[in-house]
Amino acid sequence: MKETLHLLIVDDEQYMRLALERTLRHHSIHLADMQLDLAFRISQAGSGATALAFLETDLPDLILLDHDLPEVSGLDVLAALKEQKLDIPVVMLAANASLDAAVQATKAGAFDFLAKPFTPEDLRSAVQKATRHCMVQREASKLAAGRKQIRFEFLSMLAHELKSPLAAMEGNLFILRDHLAGDSLQSYDDLVNRSLSRLEGMRKLISDLLDLTCIESGKKKRSLMDIDLCAAARHAIMTHRAQADAKQVTVSFTGPRYLYLKTDGIEIEMIFNNLISNAVKYNKDGGTVAVAILDLGPTASITVRDTGIGMTQEEVARLFGEFTRIKNRKTMNILGSGLGLSILKRILNLCGGQVRVESEPDEGSTFTVTLPKESVPPLQPMPHP
Amino acid sequence: MTTKKKILVVDDDLDQLDHLTLILKADGYDVIAAQGQAEGEEAILSTIPDLAILDLMMENLDSGFVLCHQIKHLYPDTPVILLTAVRSETGVDFSPGSKAAAGWIKADVLLDKPIRPEQLRLEIRRLME
Repeated sequence: MKETLHLLIVDDEQYMRLALERTLRHHSIHLADMQLDLAFRISQAGSGATALAFLETDLPDLILLDHDLPEVSGLDVLAALKEQKLDIPVVMLAANASLDAAVQATKAGAFDFLAKPFTPEDLRSAVQKATRHCMVQREASKLAAGRKQIRFEFLSMLAHELKSPLAAMEGNLFILRDHLAGDSLQSYDDLVNRSLSRLEGMRKLISDLLDLTCIESGKKKRSLMDIDLCAAARHAIMTHRAQADAKQVTVSFTGPRYLYLKTDGIEIEMIFNNLISNAVKYNKDGGTVAVAILDLGPTASITVRDTGIGMTQEEVARLFGEFTRIKNRKTMNILGSGLGLSILKRILNLCGGQVRVESEPDEGSTFTVTLPKESVPPLQPMPHP
Repeated sequence: MTTKKKILVVDDDLDQLDHLTLILKADGYDVIAAQGQAEGEEAILSTIPDLAILDLMMENLDSGFVLCHQIKHLYPDTPVILLTAVRSETGVDFSPGSKAAAGWIKADVLLDKPIRPEQLRLEIRRLME
């Protein structure tokens, strides 16, 4: 990308300003790692006061600032930048520079310090450093704005997900109050049951939200121990027996007799609970869930295959976003917070695991989780919602 | 013989969709119920509703806006009521009289959820006159 930065040269000596401008006029800077090519548009100010006027009318991206200006001095200009909270990299130029002056200027917020006389090479190198600093900071504030936006969307969705069940229940109560559902008592029972189910969904959302917040805040302590993945799988299957029986879903397990991982037991439990509970929930009555564990040398894989309602490619692509519940006629009666897979993804990030999904509408879905045998801390923190 | 007035109702929350359908049918309207923006978009291709009631946040944060815009584009005379559970949280100022509301969204009425049946009836009667 080609960009032009506004460079302001502030010096009371005209020959100095001209010399600086000549050195930099046709100079361009290439920042290979950021894929940026930068050229300069140069302005000159003969006094500190003129420099301050530029801050009002034509804000510079970089400033070369003489230390020894009469009246409004270089340090005064730095102080003004600070006061106006302008984060513009300043390279201070000073004749008879003492170490003291350099320290003082840096303390006052100068990015770099150049002692006169300096060579064109010195100047270009200082400008290069300041330019890089300027662009890195811009990149960082772009990222921060992006994070803010993500957080904002998360809050909108959260507000929506918390208010919707309340609105639905209030709607049900209005209908009950005004006897709008006709003369059959059954219709009224249905409304009550649906309200109860919305309440349960809301409770689930709140508890998932607490789990997510706990992982996000970094408060969750990890304790690495030798965990038998197969025992954990069998235990999780047992825990979901009642839920599976209610839908006549059969859950099977295949795998070695044991497979030890050095990892956090609670995380493993959450992974299994998440996968198996989804496989049962989104299954058809009388369907099957096949849980399989494979030893892959340095890693282990967990596969959970269901014969459920499945998803389209488009639905799979949206699956791991916050609050993305796949909503359609087939899932209308299934309770879920829309946070389960977000939680799964964050847990996997903690223990260095990965997840893959294959799915076919009306055929079923297969979730494959791969875990390292030695749990490693994440390389990069996940973006915060 | 007068034909029944047709009202399109779009909401991805099935409870809400059923409530609205129930209330409107009880009042003698012909109701076309669509669950979500996609079904709503499909519905307006084959029917011209006399009035539309749309939820705001469905598949996307701004589903209701988009659908409203489409309806107004196809059928400028069809009044639209937008329902919403969240307002300020969306970051878009769409209170009546705001730029977005008057500009591209063009909803006739904005109602906050939960919807009280009597309030809804009032708005519908006013818009259908």
